[in-house]
Amino acid sequence: MNCADALVKCLEAEGVEYVFGYPGVAITPFYNSILQTDIHTVLIRQEQSAAHAASGYARISGKVGVAVVTSGPGATNLITGIATAFADSIPLVCITGQVDSQMMGSDVFQEADISGACESFVKYSYIVRNAADIPRIIKEAFYIANTGRRGPVLIDLPIDVQLETIRHFEYPETVNLRTYKPTVMGHAVQIKKVITQLERAKRPIICVGGGVHLSHASKEVLKFIEKNDIPVVCTMMGLSAIPTEHPLFYGMVGNNGKPYGNRAMNNADMVIMVGARVADRSISQPDLILENKVLVHIDVDPAEIGKNAGPTIPLVGDIKHVFTEFNKIDFNADYMDWIDQLDGFKDEARNAKRRRMFQREEDILTHKKVFKGVNPVNFIRQLSLAMEKDAIYVADVGQNQMWSCSNYIAREGRFMTSGGMGTMGYALPAAMGAKIAAPDKQVVAVCGDGGFQMTMQELATITQYQIPVKLVILKNTVLGLVRQYQHYNYKDRFSVIDLGDKPDLSMIAKAYGIEYLKVENSRQADEKIAAFLEKDETMILEVTVDREELC
Amino acid sequence: MKRIYSILVENHAGVLCKTAGLFWRRCFNIDSITVGETDDRDVSSMVIVSTGDERTLEQIEKQLNKKLDVIKVKTFDETESINRELLLVKIKYNRGNRRDIMDNCQIMGAKIVDMSRNLMMIEMCDTPERVAIFIDTLKSVSIVEMTRTGVLAMTKCGEIS
Repeated sequence: MNCADALVKCLEAEGVEYVFGYPGVAITPFYNSILQTDIHTVLIRQEQSAAHAASGYARISGKVGVAVVTSGPGATNLITGIATAFADSIPLVCITGQVDSQMMGSDVFQEADISGACESFVKYSYIVRNAADIPRIIKEAFYIANTGRRGPVLIDLPIDVQLETIRHFEYPETVNLRTYKPTVMGHAVQIKKVITQLERAKRPIICVGGGVHLSHASKEVLKFIEKNDIPVVCTMMGLSAIPTEHPLFYGMVGNNGKPYGNRAMNNADMVIMVGARVADRSISQPDLILENKVLVHIDVDPAEIGKNAGPTIPLVGDIKHVFTEFNKIDFNADYMDWIDQLDGFKDEARNAKRRRMFQREEDILTHKKVFKGVNPVNFIRQLSLAMEKDAIYVADVGQNQMWSCSNYIAREGRFMTSGGMGTMGYALPAAMGAKIAAPDKQVVAVCGDGGFQMTMQELATITQYQIPVKLVILKNTVLGLVRQYQHYNYKDRFSVIDLGDKPDLSMIAKAYGIEYLKVENSRQADEKIAAFLEKDETMILEVTVDREELC
Repeated sequence: MKRIYSILVENHAGVLCKTAGLFWRRCFNIDSITVGETDDRDVSSMVIVSTGDERTLEQIEKQLNKKLDVIKVKTFDETESINRELLLVKIKYNRGNRRDIMDNCQIMGAKIVDMSRNLMMIEMCDTPERVAIFIDTLKSVSIVEMTRTGVLAMTKCGEIS
């Protein structure tokens, strides 16, 4: 048995079912050995997509996503995907082939120092020097990736090491890492403190982030807020953890969030951040949320607590565990006045939105302003309501993402997007991974024509492997979010944002043998959406959006 | 504010790079860094001196603890530890200033470790402040070459029960 044989056995032992990747000479021993196993391989069309697909798979399955590519350019292409996963704390194990270990460091063909290049956005990385270390390294890698604060782990594997003979193979049952012991259980004293504070608080609010998904703790959090009637908001990464129409839910916060969500945060006297980084896009002035407020920060990563804002009560632990403990404690509190106040904020904001929508209709009717195409705000709402209740919605990056996060209606489904890194082109490969993880669920990717063109080669993968992902392309022939930024900040001095009207998406669809539909105005939307979602097969829905639309 | 981080790390290839890289990526200062083996061959010791505000200094400790190659981080300020730095300096001398230089060396506890007709090398091992004072006394002579190790530090004996 050689090292590559051992490696695939290790992957089997870890319960790996899918490997996303792209072979090259330096990883051929691995791809030779994988034929002996039942592990499915998916040949993506550019390495970045391997990491995104593995990331989509990991987000939905809760398992570690695996991407395996070759050395040099294969490995460097993977970097954006790894960085994207790191920014959103997604568990991945990425294996890269490497040149012969005797040649490493001498700049031979297809050599790249990938572990050096990735150092600042992997949770950990290995360069394997001895084949005998493989079982231990794989065991550790999966453990590191999917415990504590999740994240990508890189394993760089020279070709000669892959071919080395292993005399005795035994997969370890436990890991022994003296330097890595994540705190999962929340400290009992701190948990008590939070509850005592909640009893004292008049206007508490819980802000849930992506950590709630990573810890699979939506149920526990929901139970806690319902039991005690505590209002809740979310960050972009926390979307869909709480159903949009839940009476205690007050929307997404941040500069792209709901005004009433932000007002709730500002007016609260106690803010409980749950698995959220207090990042710049959700909390623009972290110091301000400390004013006249008690800040509780619950996170599994102690380094996140106090990084952007010093909390009054820090609580390190896994959210699922912490909220299970919270739910065991009964306490008396009545926040009804506060909830009334928040409902008032919500009504005000909704009325303002309605007025804006009426104004818009009126402007169109009186030809004051002409918007060609579909109103994206209504469209996203209609789409998400027409989707199956538990469908998975994958938003790309740009204006489409902003429209998505403010108009998507979460019910029992899941919303995912590249939140931390904001990687354009994420949606299609991630949706592919998500569909593989949940073949029974409807998966809809929504992107713009810019992001779509960054990873459109994956249309070949989804047709080849018959992964029925549904793809909505909001086409406005422009880099909308940059255009919008230039509109506001550079007084309409537009620079390098015009995408032109190519490609013809109907021809693209035809080239890949994918069914294609087009919505050109809002009147057609309902009917086209219904046709688009009807069958469980890949389909492209092109949505004409005016380039003047702002989000 | 200044703080000293005494860090025990796994003695693997690339660990120095990973640790120093963390400071670079997160825009933390490194005033000095020293690395060496400990009594355990699998463990290296790093002493990093950094300056920053309270939040930064706390972040440094947390981020170091997050690194999987870091076994233990101890932080303290200069008053809580014994700090030493080694200085080697090569200077030009002449008959006129030779006596002065030797006097200064004697006063400050520095040693002349090598000498030629017009050059001498001085070694000094002391606290960073005293090393700085000594360098100051050499301002009037021309320094040909100088190197300092950066601080080695260990908490005082009384602190460990």
